[in-house]
Amino acid sequence: MGTLVEEILGARLGRPVAAGETVVVPVDLVMSHDTSTPLAAEALARLGRPVAHPERAVVVFDHITPPATVAAAEQQQRARAFVAQQGIPRLLTDGISHQVLPEHGLVVPGDVVVGADSHTVTLGAFGAVATGMGSTDVAVAHATGETWLRVPDTVAVRLAGRLQPPVSAKDLVLEVVRRIGSDGARYQAVEYTGEGAAALSMGERMTLCNLAVEMGGKAGLFAPDQVTLDWLAGRTDRPPRLLAPRAPAYVREEVVRLDAVEPMVAMPPAVDSGRPVREVTGLPVDQVFIGTCTNGRLEDFAVAAALLRGRRVAVRTVAAPASREVYLAALRAGHVEALVEAGVLLESPGCGPCLGRHQGVLGPGERAVTTMSRNFRGRMGHPDSEICLVSPATAAATALRGRLTDPREVTG
Amino acid sequence: MSAAGRVWRFGDAVNTDQIIPGRANVTTDPAALARGCFGECRPEFAARVRPGDVIVAGEDFGCGSSREHAVIAIQAAGIRAVVAASFARIFFRNAVNLGLPLLEGTAAAGTLADGALIELDLAAGRLIEPTTGAVLQSRPLSAFAARIARHGGVLDLVRAHGSLRGDCSAACGPLTPATTPQGGPTDDR
Repeated sequence: MGTLVEEILGARLGRPVAAGETVVVPVDLVMSHDTSTPLAAEALARLGRPVAHPERAVVVFDHITPPATVAAAEQQQRARAFVAQQGIPRLLTDGISHQVLPEHGLVVPGDVVVGADSHTVTLGAFGAVATGMGSTDVAVAHATGETWLRVPDTVAVRLAGRLQPPVSAKDLVLEVVRRIGSDGARYQAVEYTGEGAAALSMGERMTLCNLAVEMGGKAGLFAPDQVTLDWLAGRTDRPPRLLAPRAPAYVREEVVRLDAVEPMVAMPPAVDSGRPVREVTGLPVDQVFIGTCTNGRLEDFAVAAALLRGRRVAVRTVAAPASREVYLAALRAGHVEALVEAGVLLESPGCGPCLGRHQGVLGPGERAVTTMSRNFRGRMGHPDSEICLVSPATAAATALRGRLTDPREVTG
Repeated sequence: MSAAGRVWRFGDAVNTDQIIPGRANVTTDPAALARGCFGECRPEFAARVRPGDVIVAGEDFGCGSSREHAVIAIQAAGIRAVVAASFARIFFRNAVNLGLPLLEGTAAAGTLADGALIELDLAAGRLIEPTTGAVLQSRPLSAFAARIARHGGVLDLVRAHGSLRGDCSAACGPLTPATTPQGGPTDDR
C-alpha cells in the first residue's frame, strides 16, 4: 500500500516501505556524463573498487559534445578511459542522456535509476524511481550496486481535462512549478495522477517529470500504462514492473485544470516565477533556443516547424534535437528543412547552449527565450544576461517577431 | 574545537551555477575549481577567501545541478563550513559524502553580516556570534547522514564496511552531538 514511489521501492526491496524511512536499495542503472564521469572515476579509484555491474552502467556524452574546448576534450578522454578500463558496454554519444537512455531501452517501469545529472528525474515518466546525485554517490552505486535513499513523501498533482493547443506540457509544468515553488517539493516526490495525466504522451510526461528537480524534488513520476509500454515496445526485452499507487497517502494534493492553462513564461532568475505570456509580450529578445531534455523531442520540433514553415526568424534562433533518433525523425518529417529554411541554426544532438558553454552563449545584457528548464542568472553566458523559459510554440512565435510573443497570436 | 572565521554572507536560493559556473567546472582539479568559485556572482571571493571562513546563506542553498564540483570548489577555497537556513537535496548529499560540514537552521543566520567574525563548534553543531552571543544550533543530521559524517565521508564508510550496510561500532569513530542519529521527518534526504 502506498504512493507510486513507495510501491516501486517496496517492490525492488521485496518488502513494504513507507515515506520517512531510509533504505539501501539495489540500483538498476547508473548514469554519468562527460562532465560528471571523471569525478566519479576518481572517487571509484579512491575506493579501490571496480564497477560491480558494468552492464548496469552507462556513460553518455551530451554536455559539451563534440568538445568545444581542449578542457572538454580532455574530460571526454578521461571518461573514455574509464569506460574501457571498467568494461562498461555502453558509451552513448547520440544525444542527451535523459532522452537516449529510454530510446536504448535501458529504463523500464519499476527500475531504480541514479544519474550524475539533476535532470535524471525525467526518467520517472516511465514509472521508475530516477534521481540525480553527485559523482561520488554514483561511484558508490558503481562499486556496491546500491544507493541509499530516504523514501520521500509525495506531492500529488492531479490533472483534469485536456490541454488546449498551442498550450503544451511545458506551459503546464511552469504552472505547476509556480504553484508549488522552487523548493516546495524539496526531498519529496511529485506524482502526476488523474485522467488528464493518463492522456499525456511519453514526451509530455518526460517534460513534466523533467522539472521535478526545479521544485526541489527527488523524483517525478507517472504510473506506467499502455502508453508507456507502447513507447518501449521493440526497445527492450526486460520485463516491466507495472506498479500503481495503492491507497496512497500524499502530503499535498494540487489539482490543475488543463483547459485553463495558458501559454506561460518563467521570468528570470527563478523557475517558479511563471506568468501568462500575454502579460509580458513584446519583451525584446536576442536569442531563441529550442531543445534540451525538457523540450528537444520530435513533437517539439513539429510544433516549431509548423509555426516557422515558410517564414523567417527575426532573431538568432538555435535548435538542437535531444537525440539522433529525434534528429532523423525530424529530418524525415520535413521539420528540419522547415527550420533551416526559416533561418534556424541547427545544432548537433546534445545539451546545446543550455549550460552556457557553446553553441549560443549570451553576451552582457542579452535576453534568451528558451525551452530549457533553468533560468538562473548567467547560466547561458554573461552574468548580466537573462533567460525566459517557455514552450516550443512560444519560442517559435517569439523567433518570428524577435519579441516575446504569445503563440496564439501567430497560430493559423 | 572552537575557532573563529569570517562570514561570507549570501541570500536565498544560491544555485550551483553561481557556486561554480558551467564554464568553470570542466575540470576535476580542486585548485582550479577554487579559483572559479563564485567567480561571476562574487568575483572577489576567490582572491579574498581565507582558510576557516564560513559561508552563511538563506533557504535552499545549492539548488540546481548535481555538479559535485560545487562542493569541491567550496572546500578547496578553504571554507570550513556552510551555514544555511536550508539546503537543496543533491548539494546536501554531495557535502555529506565529501565531508563538508553543514549547519542547518534559521535562528542566527539571518542577522549575521558579511565579514562578521563568528565561532564555530562543529562537534556541537553550534555557531556563536561573539559580540551578541547569538547562537545557532544546527538541526541534527538524519541517522544515515550522521553515519556517513561519522566516517568523514561516504567513501570512508564504504571502505570501512564494504558496503553502505552494516552497523557502526566504536571502531567507526566517536558519535558527536552534531551527528547524533535523531533525525526528524524533515531533516532527511
